[in-house]
Amino acid sequence: MPKVNLSHMEASILLALLISVVLGVVTKKTDKERLHYGLYCFGCFLATLFGLGWLMKLGHG
Amino acid sequence: MSAEAAKIPQPAKPSVPISKWLPVVLIAWAIPGAGHLYLKRTQRGALIGSATILCFLFGLMMRGAFFEPQTGDLLLTLINVGGHIANIMTGIPYFLATWLGYNQPDVAGHVHDYGTKFLVGAGLLNILNMVDAWEIATGEKE
Repeated sequence: MPKVNLSHMEASILLALLISVVLGVVTKKTDKERLHYGLYCFGCFLATLFGLGWLMKLGHG
Repeated sequence: MSAEAAKIPQPAKPSVPISKWLPVVLIAWAIPGAGHLYLKRTQRGALIGSATILCFLFGLMMRGAFFEPQTGDLLLTLINVGGHIANIMTGIPYFLATWLGYNQPDVAGHVHDYGTKFLVGAGLLNILNMVDAWEIATGEKE
């Protein structure tokens, strides 16, 4: 099994992507709604990632 | 009128026999996405199955640790037993990995830590897959 070394950002974005796919597929009824909700979840994950990242950077100085 | 109509008890939906949904849920647990494939929801099954298995594989490749069901104080028990249950919920991939000798100790480092979260996340995603398959099998969802 190869070993992968991802940065915090890469690992977080990858996890966000995989979770968004599943959330989009299982929670909505039509394909269009699924796509929209998956993208919405992914966008929320990214916004939270960047928001918390900046908050931690500014908090630590 | 509408308030009165709301008070009238609606007839309960006939319950779906367990033989109709239990095999689907078990298949969905054993192989991520297979419950949907069994129900002829091929695209959805392929999507969520591959997302769940990819999550698990990345967890292994990042050398994440599986949780052991240790008990102690409340928080320790919650984390370890909950993590162990989430690991088991991945189904056959978890048992295959342990059977093939994957035994990564919990070591320091952000990559290992993310790996552990990916492994737990795969189990949690598979629970969502199982619930969705159950809803389809019982007719609550298309």
